[in-house]
Amino acid sequence: MAITYTHPLDKHLRLERIPTLYCPGCGLGIGLGAMLRALDKRISEGVIDPRKVFWVGGIGCTARMVFYVNYDAAHVIHGRSIPFAIGAVLANPELKAIVVGGDGDIAGIGGNHLVHAARRNIDMIVVMFTNFVYAMTGGQVAPTTPRKVKTTTTPYGNPEYPMNAVKLVGSLNANYVARASVTTPHYIEQFFYKALGMSGFRFIEVVSTCPEVYGRHIGLRDPVEMYNELKKRVKYKHKPSLEEAEIDWEKGIVIGEFIERNNPSFIEILRGGQA
Amino acid sequence: MRKTFASGNIAIAEGAMTAGLKFYAGYPITPSSEIMEYLAEKLPRKGGVVIQMEDEIGSINAIIGASWAGVKAMTATSGPGFSLMAEALGLAVMSETPIVVVDVMRAGPSTGVPTKTSQSDVLQVRWAAHGDYIIPVYAPWSVQEAYDLTVKAFNTAELLRTPVILLSDAVIAHLWEPLTIYERGEIEVIDRKIPVESSGTPYPPYKPDPDLVPPMPVFGRGFKTIVESLTHDEKGFYAPRDDAQKALVKRLVLKILKRIDYIYEQETRFTEDAEVLLVSYGSTARSVLNVVLELRKRGIKAGFLRLKTLWPLDEERIRKSSSAKKIIVVENNIGKIYMDIDRIFKDREVYPAPVISLDLPTPKDVLEVVEQWL
Repeated sequence: MAITYTHPLDKHLRLERIPTLYCPGCGLGIGLGAMLRALDKRISEGVIDPRKVFWVGGIGCTARMVFYVNYDAAHVIHGRSIPFAIGAVLANPELKAIVVGGDGDIAGIGGNHLVHAARRNIDMIVVMFTNFVYAMTGGQVAPTTPRKVKTTTTPYGNPEYPMNAVKLVGSLNANYVARASVTTPHYIEQFFYKALGMSGFRFIEVVSTCPEVYGRHIGLRDPVEMYNELKKRVKYKHKPSLEEAEIDWEKGIVIGEFIERNNPSFIEILRGGQA
Repeated sequence: MRKTFASGNIAIAEGAMTAGLKFYAGYPITPSSEIMEYLAEKLPRKGGVVIQMEDEIGSINAIIGASWAGVKAMTATSGPGFSLMAEALGLAVMSETPIVVVDVMRAGPSTGVPTKTSQSDVLQVRWAAHGDYIIPVYAPWSVQEAYDLTVKAFNTAELLRTPVILLSDAVIAHLWEPLTIYERGEIEVIDRKIPVESSGTPYPPYKPDPDLVPPMPVFGRGFKTIVESLTHDEKGFYAPRDDAQKALVKRLVLKILKRIDYIYEQETRFTEDAEVLLVSYGSTARSVLNVVLELRKRGIKAGFLRLKTLWPLDEERIRKSSSAKKIIVVENNIGKIYMDIDRIFKDREVYPAPVISLDLPTPKDVLEVVEQWL
C-alpha cells in the first residue's frame, strides 16, 4: 500500500496548483506558511469563518500567492489589489480581506491606494513582501532598492533613496503596523495572527529573500548565504517607535510591532454613522 | 411610478437605484460629479455605500471588487477619468465582472473644456482597453432615456457578466426635463445567475452555460472562486496556451454578439419613404431630428436613424432600416461613427457631417453641414 503524506496546512492550499512557480531559495514560501499557520489557528478558534475570507493580489511573485490558497481569491491588475479589496469589503462587510503583494505592487504602482486605504482605516490586512527588487520582470529597480545597487534599469547604481513603507503607513491612520522577516517566521505568524483578530487597516511588511534576482545584483546568489546575511541584519525590538523603523542593509533592519491601536475602522464608522 | 423633473445626471443616479445599485465608487470630475453627489445623499438610505476614491483607477477597481462581493456597482466619470479606467475595463472583461461605467463626455483632447460638450469619445469607449473584446455602449438623447438606458445598462451587465458603458454628454448631464421613475416590479430588472450554494469544492468561475455566460460564484459563499486577469481555463487557472486563448477570446466576444437582439436598440422616423437618411445619436440627434422635419417641410424626403446602442452595432438592422440612397452621419466630433456607417452601407452614398461644437449643435449648425451633401 502506498503511503500518502499530508501536510497539516494542505487544506488551505489548492493542491492541484502546487508546486508554486517560486524559485529555489525564495522567501515567499516561508511567509505564506507562517500566514497559513496563523489563519489556521484563527479558524480553529472560531474567530475567522474561512468562507468569508478572500485573498487579493495584483501582479508580481507575491501576488500569485492568491491562486495557491484554497479560498475565494482575486488575481487582478498591477497595483490595484487594495481598491478591489475596498470595494468587496464595503459591499459585503462580512468578508475578510487579505491583500498580498510585493513592494512594487503595493508601494510602487499601488502606493496611492496604500496611502489612502491606511488613512481611511479600511478593514483589510495588507501583507507586503519586500525583496528590494522587481523580481518577476527580471530585476529592475524597486521603490525599496537601497542606494547604489546596480539593477537592470540602474546599471550605474541606484541614484534614489528607498521608501520606508512602515514609516509611511505608520504616519497615517492604520490600526496596526508591523514588520517581520522571512528569517523570523514566528514573528510573521504572531503578527498576522494578531492582525486577524483586529479591525481597520492592518499592514505587515515582510522582508524577504530573492537570491535568484536580487541576490545576483548584490552578490548573494546562494540562497543559504543570502538568508544568513539577512538574518544577521534583522533586529527585533519590543514595540519600537516609528523613528526606530530602520530598514537599511548597512545599518540594520528593525522588526517588531510599531503601531497598535483601536481606532474605529471605516466600516465601523459607516455602521455607527459617526462623523 | 412617480413623475418628477430632473437633470440627466440625476436620471442616471435614479436609474441605477431602480436597477438595484448598492455600491458606487467615484472621483469628482465635471460634468459627471452630480451623479456621485446625488447618490452620496440617496444611496446610504437604501442600504448602499458611496465612497469617493483617491482617483478613477481606484474607483473602477473598487466597483469590480464590489461586484464580486455580490452587489450591483457603478462608477461615473468623464474623458480624462475614463482614460485612467482603461486598464481595469479590460480586467472587468477578462474576469467577466458585471459593472456599469458612466462616461459623461466633455470636450477634449486632454483637459479640453470640462464644462462643455462633445461626442469625441465614441471610439474611446469602444477600444479603451488592450486586447480583444466587445463592451456594450448605450448613448441616451434625453433625460428619460438616460434613466431608461441606465437600467438597461445594468440589465445587460448582469445578463452577460460584462462591463457596460453608459455614454452621456455634458448637454444631457445638465439638461432638465420631465422624468418618470419606476419602482421595482414596474420595469424589467435582471439579476446575474449565481450558482446554487457550494459543497465546499471549488466552483469553476468561467464554465459557461449554453448561453456562453458562466454563473457568477460571488465571494463569501464557499465557492473558492478565482477572479483571474491572466488568460485562464474554466477553473480560472492560468492557461498560457493557444487553445485556451482562442476559446476564451471567442467566447467573450460571442456571448455579447449572441444577444445583439437584446443589446442593440435604435429609433427610426420617416424612414419608409426616405431618400436621404440622417444618422445621429446622443444629444446631437435632438437637433438632427429638427433638421429632418425642416427638410421634409422643404419637400426633401429625409429620414432619421438614431443609434441608442453605439456598440455593438446590429449591422443588418441598420442596413434594413432604410432604403435611402444617400446617408449623412451627423456627430459632434471629427466623424467617427461615420466610418462604421460607411462600411455598413457600402453600396450607397455615405457622407460624414461632423460638427465640432462646445454647445449642443443648433439645427442651423446641423443644416449647414448636411446641406453640402444634398
